[in-house]
Amino acid sequence: MALTNEQIERYSRHIILKEVGAKGQKKLLNAKVLIIGAGGLGAPAALYLAAAGVGTIGIADADDVDLSNLQRQVIHTTPDIGKPKVESAKETMEAINPDVKVITYHEFITSDNILDIIKDYDFVIDGTDNFPAKFLINDACVMAKKPFSHAGIIRFKGQLMTYVPGQGPCYRCVFKEPPPKDAVPTCKQAGVIGAMGGVIGSLQAMEAVKYIIGQGDLLTGWLLTYDALKMDFRKVKLPHDTSTCPVCGKNPTITTLIDYEQAECEGLGL
Amino acid sequence: MAEFEITDTVDITDVVCPVTFVKAKVALEELDDGDILAIKLNDGEPVQNVPRSIKEEGHKILKLNDNGDGTYELIVRKVGD
Repeated sequence: MALTNEQIERYSRHIILKEVGAKGQKKLLNAKVLIIGAGGLGAPAALYLAAAGVGTIGIADADDVDLSNLQRQVIHTTPDIGKPKVESAKETMEAINPDVKVITYHEFITSDNILDIIKDYDFVIDGTDNFPAKFLINDACVMAKKPFSHAGIIRFKGQLMTYVPGQGPCYRCVFKEPPPKDAVPTCKQAGVIGAMGGVIGSLQAMEAVKYIIGQGDLLTGWLLTYDALKMDFRKVKLPHDTSTCPVCGKNPTITTLIDYEQAECEGLGL
Repeated sequence: MAEFEITDTVDITDVVCPVTFVKAKVALEELDDGDILAIKLNDGEPVQNVPRSIKEEGHKILKLNDNGDGTYELIVRKVGD
């Protein structure tokens, strides 16, 4: 399928790059990316992927837009308060780029629905804010052989890594299981600087784009950490021992999906 | 242009920088190694910049003809696939 004149103009800054060209742009237009969580991480990731012309973007979130979201969830606006986040995100993405088809999942991702939802996508972005979801996404992506970008943000810190089947460690290789309840505060309890979602969510979008166009090196086997107060990025090499991981290892002991109990939020409830 | 066997032509006189080069680049991507593209472009910025950008991408500039009406015809041979 040839690019239209309008597409050539819209994506000119991509096409001009030798790593992208018309070929790479067509790959983006044919690609399907699922973003789980339309929050601090998912919002910037969704905006950049929509602008980039990723042809199909799935977005999953069970929540409605709340006033306290708007400090960082830049895909939603004040008039969107009370709307399902997935609807608000869809409207913004479609307004940015009519080339993009947005599919919404207005539901919690669980062990019952995740495999069915991720099966149609080329790449998954974990933009969730809790450990049960992060482990569920990891295990499902490993089992379904889907590449995905993990990220987490809190206060002035963020981290991300990329899993590609057979090419490096998964999230569970590094973090064996969710921390005990209340050992790690959630975003709601601890706070997060709004731009942190922008930095880390944009890096997740960058990983998705590079994966789709097949250029450069991904964060497979690396954990990138960012400390905004120290203005320090660190790339930490991750060990990959395929004999021990309970999910992606040679002899997996976790073969069905687990719904861990969600840590209760105290204090600043939403 | 009997001296070259033109495979395809593209008119970039209806767009401005940088879409001029982008449109030419997209047309070249559609071709095979060794094919020849004739590009119609405007005098001024396009004729100054587009041939250089195409050369930087590794293609071969064969000829630039002045059409005498403020436009040019740039003949390029595609290098690579």
